[in-house]
Amino acid sequence: MTELQAEQGAQALEVSHEAKTRRNRDALIALAVFVLLALLPAVFSSKLLLDFVIRCAAYGLFATSLNLLVGYTGLISFGHGMFFGLGAYGFGLMMQKTGVPVPVAFVATLAITFVVALVIGAICVRLKEIYFAFVTLAFQMLIHSTILSWVSLTGGDQGLRGGIPRPPFLGIDLSNQLHLYVASCALLVIGLFLMHRIAQSPFGYTLRMIRDNATRASFIGIDVWRAKLTIFVLAALFASTGGIIMALFVSGAYPEFAYWTISGEGIFINMLGGVTTFLGPMVGTVLLLILNDTVTRLTDYHGLVLGIVILFFAIGLRKGLMDFVVEWYAQRRNGDGERR
Amino acid sequence: MDLDALTGCLASSACLVTQTTSGFIIGMLLFLVAVGLTLIFGVLKVVNFSHGAFYMFGAYFAMTAYQFSGSFALAMLCGAAGTAILGLIFERVFMSRVYGADVLMQLLVCYAFVLIFDDVVRMIWGPEFKSMGMPAAFQVVPLFIAGGVVPPYYLLLIGVALAAAMILGLGLARTRIGKVIRAAAHNPGMVSALGINTGLIYGGVFALGGMLAGLAGALAAPVRSLTPGMGFSVLIESFIVTVIGGMGSILGALIGALLIGMIRSFGSLGFPLFTEGLMYLFMVIVLVSRPTGLFGKEVA
Repeated sequence: MTELQAEQGAQALEVSHEAKTRRNRDALIALAVFVLLALLPAVFSSKLLLDFVIRCAAYGLFATSLNLLVGYTGLISFGHGMFFGLGAYGFGLMMQKTGVPVPVAFVATLAITFVVALVIGAICVRLKEIYFAFVTLAFQMLIHSTILSWVSLTGGDQGLRGGIPRPPFLGIDLSNQLHLYVASCALLVIGLFLMHRIAQSPFGYTLRMIRDNATRASFIGIDVWRAKLTIFVLAALFASTGGIIMALFVSGAYPEFAYWTISGEGIFINMLGGVTTFLGPMVGTVLLLILNDTVTRLTDYHGLVLGIVILFFAIGLRKGLMDFVVEWYAQRRNGDGERR
Repeated sequence: MDLDALTGCLASSACLVTQTTSGFIIGMLLFLVAVGLTLIFGVLKVVNFSHGAFYMFGAYFAMTAYQFSGSFALAMLCGAAGTAILGLIFERVFMSRVYGADVLMQLLVCYAFVLIFDDVVRMIWGPEFKSMGMPAAFQVVPLFIAGGVVPPYYLLLIGVALAAAMILGLGLARTRIGKVIRAAAHNPGMVSALGINTGLIYGGVFALGGMLAGLAGALAAPVRSLTPGMGFSVLIESFIVTVIGGMGSILGALIGALLIGMIRSFGSLGFPLFTEGLMYLFMVIVLVSRPTGLFGKEVA
């Protein structure tokens, strides 16, 4: 072994060691966040707060998974909401029609999402950005119109009514709000942890490279199509999980869950929080839900107010909130170093 | 699925005529919306995601003008001119700010306006379904062509849309303004360096696109019901049309729109529950076999 090789070997070892400590740190943070969230009901007994956190979990998983496409890969999907709707309907139908245990329905719904996302992704990821955005949107409308017209299965525009049965399993009773809350938090934290691992993995860096220069990536031997398809399917699985949480929360599924506005909101959440940080979409989710709740309480013209807020961000600020935080932080650090 | 109804219809000339006319109606309205979309994309390189709103405004403007004046011609004029002005303002004040920005910003600005415009219509005209009613001039005995019923208004609608297509095609190909627009689509920097105000061209193209969508809305007002949000499904369909025909191609938009019109019209007989699905299926087949669309040149 030459000296050079030995040095490279040592470097590789060091890198993998560093990666391991980082992973352990991530896992610890995730665990701590989960414990904090789980203890929340002991401190604040407000049911409204718990409901709010459950909705944050559903939309947060959806929005963060969209960021894997938009922020990390540069795939601007305008139809990501279809997987949210698919998760909600798939899970709801499975529980209503077959009566299988919750975990089985959960896994089966993800399996369905996997297949659908694979087919739609295989058609879409070849397309350039604006085509990709609109063709994904078209597929979303196809799923939405299928839900509306297949009345015998989906209940049409009434949605899945009559409640979703949630039989207890392993001592967990999801019809109990507290149990559902803890389960949602667990799904959220696990989902975020996994997505962060994906983003920080070599594959995650491949995605960033595809975003910045796809031609170059393909020249150094990366199968761009396969990488894009992989992340499209993975993101769909997390979005579907968000939909499942939503279906459990409202004990039903409605066509609005598959309507294009969900995708639009997802894109806006990403913009609002900022796509350059991993947690940006999560911040955006909390802000948008608060905004939505406030606006619906104050006025009937919810779209008008939301539209103006979006315009303010898109034309006025041009950045998400977390982008400002990151910039401010970087500036302060640089400022300290350069101070004369 | 109801294949018997489809084959039965194909065998009878009366049904064939009726369905073909209805396919033409759907196709021509879609063409007017899609051609604006494709024109704006060709010149400005943005996809106007709020294009459906212009269709909606065209219909509402026409209805209001008709209720006040009772004149059908004035209603059409108001629908087209009103949306042209709206398009100009929208482009100059908002869209022109995000030309350099990435697609995400452009989509967001348009998304914001889809929400705002729908609510503005709800505020002014109310959330319920409205209808303009057929103008008295067209409440005459329908024509019978080969046993099929064809209302005269349908012929007018098809004629106006075809005329618009021809004027647009000839205008772009033969006139000086058309030449400048094509040049601006190709190389805006050079056109601007030659002393032509590209901002004006951009605004004008957007106004033209808005006007065509508004005209479609105005023409559709007597035969369709008006509701806030009516523009969105039209937008999706006209986007499918441009994908099939090829982005930036006027002929492609015409052929694509007619194909979609026929698929909807005849598909509703054979596959009543899967009509929409047929449309998407057709789009997917085109996308997979010819990613640039039937008449597109650019690589998609």
